[in-house]
This record gives sequence, structure tokens and C-alpha cells, in this order.
Amino acid sequence: MTTTAARPQIRESSASWRLSDRIGLAFAWLLGLMFLAVTAGIVLYMMVQGIKYISPTLMFTSPAAGFSESESGGFLDPLLGTVIVALLALVIAFPIGLGVGVWLSEYGRPAWLARLTESTVEMLAGSPSIVFALFGVLLFEQGAVGFLSRTNDGVVYGRSFLAAAAMLSLIALPLVVANVREGLQAIPGHVREASYAVGKTKLATTRRILLPAARPSVVTGAMLGLGRVIGDTAIIVLLLGATLRFNGAGDIPILETLRGTGSTLTSYVYANAPTGEANQPHKAYAAGFVLLMMVLLLNFAVDVAVRRGRRMTWAS
Amino acid sequence: MGFLNPPPVRRLPLGGEQATVVESNGQGSPSFVGAPRERAGASGIAIDRMHVQQLSVAYGPKLAVDSVSLPIRQGEVLALIGPSGCGKTTLLRSLNRLTELTSTASMKGRITLDGEDIAALEPTALRRRVTMVFQQPNPFPMSVFDNVAYVLREQASRRPKKRQLQGLVREALERAGLYDEVAADLGHPALRLSGGQQQRLCIARALAANPEVLLLDEPCSALDPQSTKVIEDLIVQLREQVAVVIVTHNLQQAYRVADYVAFMYLGELVEYGAVDQVFGASREPRTREYVSGGFG
Repeated sequence: MTTTAARPQIRESSASWRLSDRIGLAFAWLLGLMFLAVTAGIVLYMMVQGIKYISPTLMFTSPAAGFSESESGGFLDPLLGTVIVALLALVIAFPIGLGVGVWLSEYGRPAWLARLTESTVEMLAGSPSIVFALFGVLLFEQGAVGFLSRTNDGVVYGRSFLAAAAMLSLIALPLVVANVREGLQAIPGHVREASYAVGKTKLATTRRILLPAARPSVVTGAMLGLGRVIGDTAIIVLLLGATLRFNGAGDIPILETLRGTGSTLTSYVYANAPTGEANQPHKAYAAGFVLLMMVLLLNFAVDVAVRRGRRMTWAS
Repeated sequence: MGFLNPPPVRRLPLGGEQATVVESNGQGSPSFVGAPRERAGASGIAIDRMHVQQLSVAYGPKLAVDSVSLPIRQGEVLALIGPSGCGKTTLLRSLNRLTELTSTASMKGRITLDGEDIAALEPTALRRRVTMVFQQPNPFPMSVFDNVAYVLREQASRRPKKRQLQGLVREALERAGLYDEVAADLGHPALRLSGGQQQRLCIARALAANPEVLLLDEPCSALDPQSTKVIEDLIVQLREQVAVVIVTHNLQQAYRVADYVAFMYLGELVEYGAVDQVFGASREPRTREYVSGGFG
């Protein structure tokens, strides 16, 4: 760790550049500002709209069927639904992603299998979630996985929190894998060797040295995955059943909810958007605001994790 | 001048033959290093620890070490010198079978530790008896205490508990001459120590396993002169407790710390002998050229 003493920075002025370079620079600046303005515009507009319509009661009352904004209740169920489905998806994706990431970075033998795994993970990352959703609809209607959702007279409904979370975990997985792998690969080889050189096995080294050292990346991967899951709509609409309230299946307390249907903030916004079936835009803005806040909070957490990790590294 | 009267020529002990121990006279300094420098005398101890016999190591088709034989003894510091790429680090790494981590590496010949063939030992067990310190200080990203405690514990286990390890951790830190500097706060993150302290922590870590042989791969090349001096003094002190092998491309350092020097060139062991003989009266023209700065 070296810290360079603060000193006044001598910066080159663009005044001495050729005209074409200066135009290029101005253009780059302009594009950057435009990008910023568009993003800020969207976020700020959504915030202003959201703050206008949000109220604590909305967040603590269940939705109800109704034709006007005053009759249709709040979005407590979708809010809890988002939390439940996101955590479930992460519980599935995180251990698998961690395992795959560690294997890719630390073992990766045979090489062809590692390459195949890598391209599979990349393919997962690039696939539209609606495709997973469609596949999920077909998959979870099969009798063999009927225990995951509501079943009536041998007909499997195929939509539940468990089904949606299983498919959602696929979109979180690539982010976990990629971040775990990158975090591990950023650790210099001599650190691993230092652990082997005192008689530690690869497993002990990974467990006690490498994963703790890569923790910021691991956390980042989990947070980014969570962010994707929270924001996904396609899988929720197709696989969660989109019932306004929790609609349990069976009578085992928690499992009943997980096997049952419900909604999340994304499907709630989708239904209440001006183009949606419910068409109650004020509710949609308020729910969208909450969703936005959740994602912003996650991004902030990622930032903190990354910055923390940077504080201590090895000299290269 | 001592080196004008070179010690008797040593023969490399091969195939179980007993090494002939030659006392280095510990006086005189060759002119190649400029001003004469202080050196510690011989330790008076010489316990055979390892024997390298006709060792060849290749990476794929490329031969890195070519039938090298030499002894490693407790009580002495052995310095491996030679130009970059001459195989000295490979030789060092094959002593604790770290070369095996490179998938293309292949090995011929025999290395024994206290009479046992190291190929017959469990690599993890061998590496606790022959520990290593690297060029870059690489403490683990945890506290000073935990860095040493990690070595004292079985694999990934969290036992024994901290309290039970306090004595052993302290002892290892003391042996590495670091204890006084870190005693106030053993919970301090190791990566916040200075470079020299980090490297001594790495030495403490290597010593915590209570090894018979300590391997040092250019341990000072990332350090400032002050820290280098501290570590060199430490190396000389340690040679009585463990056999020390140091790879260095700093000839002055080799001269300051070593009792025996092995000069390698293109994978071959060109010359092995007491430090004064190799630096003062080398038998091989190539050695003479190298130690006088002719090539490499």
C-alpha cells in the first residue's frame, strides 16, 4: 500500500490542441452531459411523481379490486412479494453462483468444460428473461414439479413464488458468477502460493484466504443480482400468477405463501400503468418510486462494498 | 586477504555421500562490492537437512534446471545466484514441490529431506517442513495475529481458539523480530503494515509451522535498504534454527548473508562453494565474470 502525497496537479489545457481535437472533446462533453441529463430527467421525474402520490398508508394496506384510485387500496402485498421473491431467487442463485465462480477461477479443469461453462453463463446473461419465463411456464406445469405450486384435480397450475424465484435465479446467476470470478482472479497468484507454501490445501486456501479477500466482489455480485431480480417483470407476470394479493396454496404456514401466487412491485406497476389493465397511474407512480428507491439503495450498497475493498490490496 | 587462500575445493556430495563441511573463514571481503562490508562469521553448526541429487526440472520442453546436486544444511545460509531465468527460483520451488502447481512442469532426480524422499511425502506435510517466503510481501488480508494463527491451525479449521494460540503466535513473531513493533495491536490489519514489516510477518508465518528449511525467494527485492538490512540480519540469525536457502540477484546481499553460494547459469549449477571462495576465488570463468558484473 502506497499513498502518494497530495500535490497540485499540473493539467494540460486543451487550448493548445488542434481545432479538430477540440471539437472532438467538446462533442464528447456534450454527449456525456446529454446522457446525464436524460438519466437525471427520468429519475427525477419518477421521484417527483412518486413523492407526490406516495403515502405510508399505501405501503401498509393490501391492494383491493376497485375502479377508482380511492377504492383500490395500497401495495403492501406487491412490496412484500418483491422482497420474498428476490430473497428466494438469491438464496438459489448465490450458492450456485459462488460455486461456479470459484470453480471457474480456481480449478477450471478440464479446460473445455470451463470454457463451456463460461459461455453458458454468458449466454444466460444475454438471454431475455421472457424466454426463461416461457420455459418456466412449460416446466412448472409438469406433474413432477407439481409440489411447487397449486394443484387442482391433477392439473398443475405452475405459477407460484417458488416457480418465479427458480427462474429469476437464472438471471441473477451470471452476475454472481462473473463477480466472484473476477474478484478471485484479481488476487495475485503469489498470495495463493503463500498459503500453499505453509501446507494449506486448495480448499482451505479458497475458504480462508481467497473468498474473504474477494468479499467485496462477492457482495457486489449478490447485490447486482438482487437488483436484476427486483427489476424483472417478464418472469413475474408469467410465473407469479399476478394475483393482487397473496393467494396461498395448501395449509402449511410459510410454504403456503411460497407455493401460492401473488404480485411484485414490477407487476403492480405493469398492471397499473396507463396502458395496463388496472390503469391507476398514481398508484403506479408511487409503487415505481418505491421500486426505484430499492434499486438505488442496492447500487449504493455495491458502491460501499467496492470502495471498502479497494482500501487494502497487495503491492503488485 | 582471506579469499586469496581459498578453502579446499568441496566435492558435491552425491548419492548419500556425507557432505564435507568446510568452515568459512568469515574474514575479508572481495573488491567487487566496493567498500568492505560487515559479515557475520560461521555459525559453527552444520546439520544436513536436504540433499538435491541430479535434479532436473522442465516446463514443457524447456529445461529450467539441469541435473543440479547440492546439500542444504541448518546452520548455514545457502544463496542461489545467477542471471534472470537461470533456474534458481525453479530450483527453490522444487524444494517444497511448489513447482507441481505448474501443470507443464516435470521433474527428474531426487530430493531428500532428513533422508526421506520428498516425492514420497504428502505435499501439504512437506510444505509445513519446508516453508517459503516470496518476493512480494503477501500477508493475508486479515489481522497480524490471524496471519500467523492461520498457519498454526489445521487446514480451514477455526480451532484451536485464539487464546490457546497466543503463545505460539508471539513466539513466531518474536523469531521474525516483529513482535515488539506489533505487540501493541495484534488485531491490526496486516496489509496496513509497512512493506518491511509485512515481509517479516511473512517470515513469521513461515516460521510458525516450525519448519526445518526456510526458502526465501528474493525476499528483499521489493523493500527499501533499511528494511533490507533488518531482514538480512534476521536471516543470519535464523540460520542456526533452520536451514535457509535464499534466491537473490543482488550479489552484495548474497555476500552479506550467505555461507555457501550456488551460481546457476542456464539451468546448470556452475559452481557451488563457500561464499569467500565463490566470490573471491571462483574456479569457473563464468562465475568470475558474473560476480564481477561481466554478464547477467
